[in-house]
This record gives sequence, structure tokens and C-alpha cells, in this order.
Amino acid sequence: MDSKEITTQISKAADFLNVKKWDYGASFSNDYSVQVDKGDAKQLKASQKHVLTIRVWNESNLVGITTTSDISESGIKKALNQANIASDFGNKNESTEFSPLAKDPIKVKDFKKRNPVGIKKLLMLLRDAEVKLIKSHKSIKSVPYNGLSESFFERVYANSDGAFRSYNKSQAALYLYARAEEINKKPRSSGSVKLGYGVDDIDIESCIKEASNKTISHLNYSPIKTKKYLICFSPEAFLTIINAFSSMFNARSILDGVSLSNKNSIGEKLSTEALNIYDDGLHEKNISSSPFDGEGTPTKRLCLINKGKIENFIHSESTARIFKTIPTGHAGLGSKVSVSPDWIVVEKSNGDYDLKTSLNHLNYDGEFVYIEELNAIHAGVRASQGSFSLPFDGWLYKKCKKISIESATVAGDIKYLLKNIVNIESSQEVTTSGISPHIWVDELSITGDA
Amino acid sequence: MLTSQTKSNEIEFGSCNKDLLEEIISYGIGLGADFVEIFIENTDNVSVLAEEDNITSVGPSFGRGAGIRIFKDNRDGFVSTNDLSKHGLITSVSQALEMLDITDRRNREVFNGLNKHRDYRISKKTWINEVPSIHEISEKLLVSTKSLKKNIKIITRKGSYSRNLQEVIIAASDGTYASDIRLHQTVGLNVIASDAQYRSNGSRRFGSSGMPNEFRFWDHEKAANNVFESSMNMLYADFVDAGQMPVVLANKFGGVIFHEACGHLLETTQIERGTTPFENKLNEKIAHESVTAIDEGISEGSFGSLSVDDEGMEPEKSVLIKDGILKKFISDRAGELRTGHKRTGSGRRQNYSFAAASRMRNTYIAKGEYSKEDLIGSISDGLYCKSMGGGSVGATGQFNFAVEEGYLIKNGKLTNPVKGATLIGDAKEVMPKISMCGNDLELAPGFCGSISGSVNVTVGQPHIKVDSITVGGR
Repeated sequence: MDSKEITTQISKAADFLNVKKWDYGASFSNDYSVQVDKGDAKQLKASQKHVLTIRVWNESNLVGITTTSDISESGIKKALNQANIASDFGNKNESTEFSPLAKDPIKVKDFKKRNPVGIKKLLMLLRDAEVKLIKSHKSIKSVPYNGLSESFFERVYANSDGAFRSYNKSQAALYLYARAEEINKKPRSSGSVKLGYGVDDIDIESCIKEASNKTISHLNYSPIKTKKYLICFSPEAFLTIINAFSSMFNARSILDGVSLSNKNSIGEKLSTEALNIYDDGLHEKNISSSPFDGEGTPTKRLCLINKGKIENFIHSESTARIFKTIPTGHAGLGSKVSVSPDWIVVEKSNGDYDLKTSLNHLNYDGEFVYIEELNAIHAGVRASQGSFSLPFDGWLYKKCKKISIESATVAGDIKYLLKNIVNIESSQEVTTSGISPHIWVDELSITGDA
Repeated sequence: MLTSQTKSNEIEFGSCNKDLLEEIISYGIGLGADFVEIFIENTDNVSVLAEEDNITSVGPSFGRGAGIRIFKDNRDGFVSTNDLSKHGLITSVSQALEMLDITDRRNREVFNGLNKHRDYRISKKTWINEVPSIHEISEKLLVSTKSLKKNIKIITRKGSYSRNLQEVIIAASDGTYASDIRLHQTVGLNVIASDAQYRSNGSRRFGSSGMPNEFRFWDHEKAANNVFESSMNMLYADFVDAGQMPVVLANKFGGVIFHEACGHLLETTQIERGTTPFENKLNEKIAHESVTAIDEGISEGSFGSLSVDDEGMEPEKSVLIKDGILKKFISDRAGELRTGHKRTGSGRRQNYSFAAASRMRNTYIAKGEYSKEDLIGSISDGLYCKSMGGGSVGATGQFNFAVEEGYLIKNGKLTNPVKGATLIGDAKEVMPKISMCGNDLELAPGFCGSISGSVNVTVGQPHIKVDSITVGGR
């Protein structure tokens, strides 16, 4: 059954149940992936998957929802019926409506769909990549975490008011995590992830090189003393921390009382005037971009922090109505609609600000800790309190010489971190989760084993 | 109960699917597969969320799908689909065979048909009618969130419930043929307390498997008191000073340290990857002699218990470590094939879209002889971790855990509450430092995410003392 037929089936079933108002979101995907182990195929996977989420509004305008993987005629009828029953328990205090933008034109026309290369080619490419990575350095003994995948999917949103939008896309991903071992030393591991619209768009050689260089660079390690350090966050690490505390910009989190911000926080100064942060789901470098959100609202670029001050929150239809603004294209689809950022872009704003521009990760000769990657975000971030305590991979730099840090955590408070940004380097880097320059922060606590 | 012997062109739950399953398995074996396994599931779930004094979300969901796994030598091909028709399943088998590039199609393995059906569903078919209704769940959650409203410092109150009912059929070319119904219910309470610039969280989660009435007996008032007290105790807590120190980890969810730091390294998937330091340590000392650790799937009602694993094997009680000596690894079918460690009934997966892997079930450190006071009394300057948050273990065995509720230990006594602590270490180095085990073993439910998705588990331990560990703080 295709998306048009599903819309017709839902419409028929709704008429039968006397449901006047409904919407649905669906995804249909075909995924293929391979893993290898020392030259042999380890696991080869394929999946065909459908997910359909239907919402209905009852006569009291309360919303009920059901999700199913059964898109047969009987499955659709059952889902609609269950959603109708669930609507009896709909939230009377906060209504949900169709997005007023669900029929607005979508800006993106080219959805970048590639053809499948097939399992055999995936396997051949990954085998080669594994061999090259192991051969790249004598200490690299294995690539325990590896995978190459390609996905082809269609996403749909439609409602009883006549909105219908869908897109077809493809996406491929390669990850290589190497493990290096040297006598009388602890094993070290690091890696690289690359995304593309298709497998042929992925720069496999750069993934191998990056995984190898990162892993080798951690071979000579040393414990670090516990104290406060000048920190340089890699673009990836800074984006990780901003995403972990994105509830500061999230209207849903504000209404739920789990954000550090409140309704009146627009205009609040969080950081140096040199800092701009955008959410830009449609950025050309965002491989995972979606032209509309779960409620059918078109995705768009939105300024979250302008010259250090909060400029906008991200919204669903219901939060936008409460805040007397318009939806921003960040909604999921649910009876209680979630809100989340798409793709964060961090920039240095125009102007001459009080930054320590001599701080550059390539040539600064003083002592600092370079945080390459933050780990265990789910365990070490207290978003509602603003605190974090996170293990990381990185180096201690002294006089332009670096040594890998054996095992350490960085701890602090997000508002303190943002206020203590002392430099934003000029050049931005593209990562899998957004774009950012290197960011320098003064006086963060590091716990080490020395 | 098998109600029909008619040959069908589609999997029908509640009916006999033997002929169809045999036909599909025969097809795979006939085309050169060494082994064919079919996992089919039908789910019926519901989740309910109460915030403050309102129900804000009710989310039913249902679905069906199949996961087909084919082995050829040491390789395996896995295909999942929502199409449970004969055509859909045969297509999936063909796809798995094609992925494995099987060119030698002379039968090396013989399929002698499925064994007698092991039907674990018989006493469980009424569960769906016995579980609480959405109305009943909603009422109890609202009473629970009301119980959390104990003073004006509590600024958010949440109660959440989820019920997962999963019917599975497992059939394989070694004759395995089993069906089961699994029921998991979990309920959690969560608060945020706030006063001026101070903020704290409190949360607790409870869960059971196979006990449809359990939610009705859940003591929400006691749970609410625990959550409230925890948030109040931590509201004005100072940040902990970082450093090396002895710690006492509380019982119940304190067991997450063993689960993350050691348990994962005893799964055969880690041997396959070469990422466990314990690979060649069988029958060697890897922990302090006070440590005996167990993984089992048989404790009645525990969140990680199973009648049969996702590969059709009844779970066993596995003594992983006995008096500090490594005795066993947690193994599944692929683990046995690739590492030689016998299966332990631990082949588990989140759902049909994952291939099963060796996963923990109810995993805990056995009780010792000391009281909690003995452990705390033995420390002059350290940390008591009363409640643990989540944790993770990296590719080289390094782990970290967030401490949700912690207290300083000074001269053998608990003193000030502290926040922001993270325990950091390496399993190989920490296990020999667990020097004292209490006599108060208790288990707690949790969810474990890994290679085969998120599965229900139990972690547990008595109070334990770790002689020295790195505590991350400020």
C-alpha cells in the first residue's frame, strides 16, 4: 500500500467511525547494512519497515493517538479505532491542532535520492576499509566497531484538512572504530563516522585516515592532574554540549518546567556577543535534512542565539499557540508533541569583540586541554539543572606539544561555560551533527587520575 | 493452544503455523544455508504519562513483524520485515541467502522438521484481559503525582507507566519450535525541586515481568516519599570534590556498576569483537574473592526473567564469577558458534528488527556477610552513592556512572549530601577493589541498550565497598 492508498484507507475508516478530524505521519524504509571482522563478513542485515502514527480528534476536540507497523486495511482500521478510544483520555488542558503551516509550500525540491549499491558492494567496500585501517599502523590490531549502511525511505504527513506532503530520500553511513594495542600499555580506541546521500558520496579514504590518525594520536597517553584548565572544545564536542542542553531553547521543555529558560528568557544574555547559534535543518551539509516536521510544518533556519542573547525558541503547533507565535518546524507527532532541534550551526558573529584571538588550537603555546569528543551524554548531563560531568577523549597541550589524556572527566555548568567563552575561532568545521568552529572556555574542572 | 491444523499462507497468531514455518525453513536449508531461524512477534503496548494533575499523553501501539536469520559458516545474514505472508517470508529468506552469497547449494545440513511445539503461552493468554485498563492506570498515576505535591519547592511532578505485551513464535532448522507471551510493566515517578538558584531531581522506576496485577499492588505512596526525600536531600547539596577515594555503593540499582563495568565484558559479543580484557581469563581470578556474580533469567517476576529466550532456549542460572574466579560467559547462538562458549539462554533482542545477541538478564553480585554500617564504618574519608544514574562502558573497558544521590563519608559516618559526582574506572582494575559485600541484596529493574536494541534487565547487589575509585566532580 502506498502513501496515497493509506490516506484513502484512513479517510474511509474515519468516515466509518464518524471521525471528522485526523492526521497521520508514516515512514516506509528499506535498510541494508554490513559489518566485518578481520576480512570476513560478520553480519549482513536488511530490513523493510513501515511505521504509521494516526491521531484523531473526538467531538470534544481531544486528541488520541496510535502507532502501528501493520499497514494492512485491517491494521489501519484497528489503529484508527484505538486512537479514537485513546482520545477519551486526551489532554483537556492543552489542545493540539493542525499546524497552520501544514499546507505551506516546501522549499526543498531536490531530495537527493541515490540508487542502492547492494549488499555485495557494501561488503567489499567495508572489507577494504577494514584492511586499510589495520595496515595504516602497526599498533592497530582490529576494528571492533564498524559498519556500512544504506537506507531508502519515504516520509509522509497528511491530514483530514487536505494537507499531504511526502518525500523520498536515501542516506548512507560508514563508521570505523579502531583499537590499538602496545605492549605494557592500555588499549586505545577511536574512530570516525561519515555520512552521505549514497554510499558513493562517502569519502571512505578520509574516514580511514581520520580513524587511524585519531587512534594513533592517543597511543602515548598520560594521566592528568585534577584542577581547572583552559579548554578548547572541538567543533564536534561543542555541538554535543549545545545539543545536550538544547532544552534552553525548547518551548516544550520550558512549558514542562525542565528547561533552564522560561517564557521571558527571550533577550537573556547567555554568552559573549561574538556567539551566534542557529538551528538550520535545511543546511546543504545536513545529510539527514527533512523538509517538514512531524506536524507537516516546513523546516527552516532559525536563530537561537544572536550576539550572545536568546533570540528564538523552537516550537510545535501547540507551544507556538501558547507563546503567541508560529510553529518553527521542530515538532514530532504525538498526543503530547515533542520538540527537538534539527542541525545546530555555531558562528562567530560580525564585529570586533573582546575575544582572546591569540587562542588557536593549531598554534597556541600555553597549557590547555583539547576536548576532542565527549562521551556518555545520557549519564552525565543534568539538563534541567544545567550541570554536566562527562568523560572525554582529548589531549593536554603544553608548548605546542600534546599528550593524550588517559582517562578524565570535564564537569561544569552550561551557563558558566557559555559565559566563559574566551574565543571563537574563525574557521567552521562540518560534523555529522552540525557546524561549529573551535570554542575556547576558561576555567573548567577536569578530574584525572594523576 | 494450537487451534488449527490448516495450512495457511500467512502467519496467524494463536493458530498452528508449523507447516508454513517448516516450508520456509526447508526452503532456506535446501538452498545451502547451514542454519535458518525465524522469529515472529506480535505486540500490544500502551504508555500513559501524568504531569502535575493531568494525564497528558496516552499512547497505544501495536505491530507485527518477522526477523529471519541464516547462518553460513561463521557468517550470518539477517532480514526483518513486516510482511508475514508466505511470500513475504520466502522473499526474506531469499534475500538473506543472497546477501551471504551462498554458491554451494548442495545440502550439507538436513532439516528433519520442527520438534514438538513448546507452548509457554498457555497460562498467559488471559494476561491481556487482566492488566489494568487505561482508566485504572490513569487514576493511579494521578494519585501518585498528587502524592508528590509535598511542598512548594516541588516544581514539576511526573508519573509514567508503560505496558509491553509481546507474543513470539520461534522456529529454527535444529527443530526449535516455541511460542511465548511476555508481559512487562514499568512505572516511574520523577520530580524537580527548586529554590532560588538551587535545583535537584528525584526519580525512581519500578518494573515487573509476567505479573498482570503487579501495578495494582505498587505502593505509590512509599515511592512518592522516596522520590520527594531524595530531591529534598539533594536540593542544597554542594558539588563533590574530585579525586580518588573509597566508595560504598548502595544496593538495588547500585548494581548498574557491575552491569556496565563487568557484565557487558562477559557477553560473548565482546569476545567476538576482541574488546573484553577477560577473554582468556576463564578460571582465573578477575575480582576480589568477596565477589560472586550471577546472571539468570529465572527469578519469578523479575524484569529480566524469561520463560524462553529469543532463540528458543530456556534461560539458565549462570554463575559468572565465583569467589573472584571467572567461571562463565553469557552466550547466545552466534556466540557459541564463534567463541565456543555454550549458550546460556541469553539470546535476546528488542524486537523482530534485531538479530538476537548475548545479553544480560537479571545480573547481580551475591550477598556477603557485612551490614551497610560495617561498610560505611570502615571508611574515614569517602563517598556513599545512595542512588545511581545511568552509565556506559567504552570500547576499551573504561566506564562511567553518574551518582544521582551521594553523601560524604567522614570518620565512618554519613555526612553532607553532594551532587555532580561521576564514578570513572576500568573494569579490570575496579573488580579486584570490591573488598566488602553487604548482606542486603536487592534487585532493581532497568533497560539496557546494546547491539540487539533495548532489553529489559534487572541489576542488583548488596551494599558494596570499592577501596578506591576516581570520582569526577568539580
